[in-house]
Amino acid sequence: MKQMKLLERLKLSGLKRALWVYHLNSGGCNGCDIEILAALTPRYDVERFGIKLVGSPRHADVLLVTGTVTRPMYERVRRIYAQTPDPKVVIAIGGCASTSGVFYESYNVLGPVDNVIPVDVYIPGCPPRPEAIIDGVVKAVAKLERLMEGKEG
Amino acid sequence: MREKVKPEEKTEELTKACPTCFEVPIGPIHPALKEGIRFTFWIEGERIRKVDIRPGFMHRGIEFMGTKRNLIQVLYLAERICGICSISHPLAIVQAVEQAAGIEVPPRAQYIRVIIGELERIHSHLLWAGVAAHELGFDTLLHYVWKVREPVLDILEDLTGNRIDYAIPIYGGVRRDVPPEKYPKLKDALRYYRSLVDDFVNFFLRDPSIEARTRGVGVLTSEEADSLCAVGPTARASGLRKDVRQDWPYFAYPDLEVKALTPEDMGLEVRGDVYDRIVVRLLEVVQSIELIEQCLEEMPEGEITAFPKVAALLAHLKKAEGEGVGRHEAPRGEVIHYIRLEAGEEAPAVWKVKAPTYSNLMPWYPMFRDQEIADIPIVAASIDPCICCMERVQIVCDGKAETLLKDELLRLSWAKTERVASRVTRQVSPGRGG
Repeated sequence: MKQMKLLERLKLSGLKRALWVYHLNSGGCNGCDIEILAALTPRYDVERFGIKLVGSPRHADVLLVTGTVTRPMYERVRRIYAQTPDPKVVIAIGGCASTSGVFYESYNVLGPVDNVIPVDVYIPGCPPRPEAIIDGVVKAVAKLERLMEGKEG
Repeated sequence: MREKVKPEEKTEELTKACPTCFEVPIGPIHPALKEGIRFTFWIEGERIRKVDIRPGFMHRGIEFMGTKRNLIQVLYLAERICGICSISHPLAIVQAVEQAAGIEVPPRAQYIRVIIGELERIHSHLLWAGVAAHELGFDTLLHYVWKVREPVLDILEDLTGNRIDYAIPIYGGVRRDVPPEKYPKLKDALRYYRSLVDDFVNFFLRDPSIEARTRGVGVLTSEEADSLCAVGPTARASGLRKDVRQDWPYFAYPDLEVKALTPEDMGLEVRGDVYDRIVVRLLEVVQSIELIEQCLEEMPEGEITAFPKVAALLAHLKKAEGEGVGRHEAPRGEVIHYIRLEAGEEAPAVWKVKAPTYSNLMPWYPMFRDQEIADIPIVAASIDPCICCMERVQIVCDGKAETLLKDELLRLSWAKTERVASRVTRQVSPGRGG
């Protein structure tokens, strides 16, 4: 394992405790968005793992992107990605965010999220169940840790 | 020469009209908004003097995509217009297509459609109640409401196979039956919600701080609601007894006798504020429970679809020619689908969708007038906006969005008539008035 700098180790220890997520709807149908909210509320309650929805991308470790990217949202998605501090993980939630799903051959759809920003974890489903979303975030944590240890990227 | 008005010029014009105002843009991405829409508020002190709304961020071109696919694919596309009212759009489009193609629907299927539609109303109104509580700063209530919303999603999953996007209606009937062995579970869930009604009244209507934050906030008078064509709970909270299920009954609703509910049904005076919108939605949850119970009692036996084989249905739809209009009372108000079918074509020739939020956008203007900045989230949420439903047309020119005024649109329309006319026949000449 590569020797980590103190600052990187500190960042990693922070990530291990609590992941803060920012939710961005880039042109979806709300189905995935309400499942994200359902994952945050008592039945699934991801807050017990320290996963918390924040109001600004500048506070976030993880970007949850739902929906296919529409033309007016293109610039906004890129800007939000740039505003999220490193190290960050982008999760594409749902069929539309992963592959554009049913919204193909439209004049106002620029395709899935990975056409615009790099995506680390894809969660398929229309919409994915809250359990699937939680599983995706857990995979994102593992990926972030590997990133920090210098094994990837 | 007709001139285009650019959005920036319009902004300047409004700023001139109120020189002491600050301009505050909110959106398209903002924690108070769940979806992309941009508000520009002109604020004087703490008060909103003017508001401008710029939609168009969620426009995906669904109607355009629909005219390139066969009707069964269009049904699934209609479902994905909106994930929250994910049964409302299919229920409206099946009515339109059944009208256009002359398909008779078995009565049992009509009852199943009503049951799923009303279950969705319960889930959607509870969802809204949670979001409204969150906008007011009552996160405890948000978590409570979303916890009690889970059983209705379990029931929907049990009946249809999915928590959201149920894919239940199909042209000529429904895809899955509700067998009698599932009744007890459904009745248990309804009993559970009935037992919660008192709690909801206590938490939402008798709570002094909720009352203080919502009484007299975001007022929409009944005249304004009428003239601005508000629909759904927004209109009913302003005292208009307006409900598609009552005015133009469809499916099994004629047997069930639905009545449009206003705050008067709870013995309250109609004031048309946010509080009244909470009252109406609570009443409607109770109404939906009663409707489902009635459906379960009166449900007839028999077939669930007129076309058990999809291939036969597609062949029938391919031969059909005509046009149809489908209307459904979605949780947010009236949704209308218009469809035109051509014989020999698998795809619809025209498909037009009008979602309830489209009608409820204009009432935002009087609602926001002279409100405080802090009331923006709850007033915006009070119509239960569903932006992705509403985004039907957007004009993009050289990569830049522009606002087109009526005369510009007319000019475009004339030019198109000219183009089309020269192709079709030389005898048609476009009108050139004004």
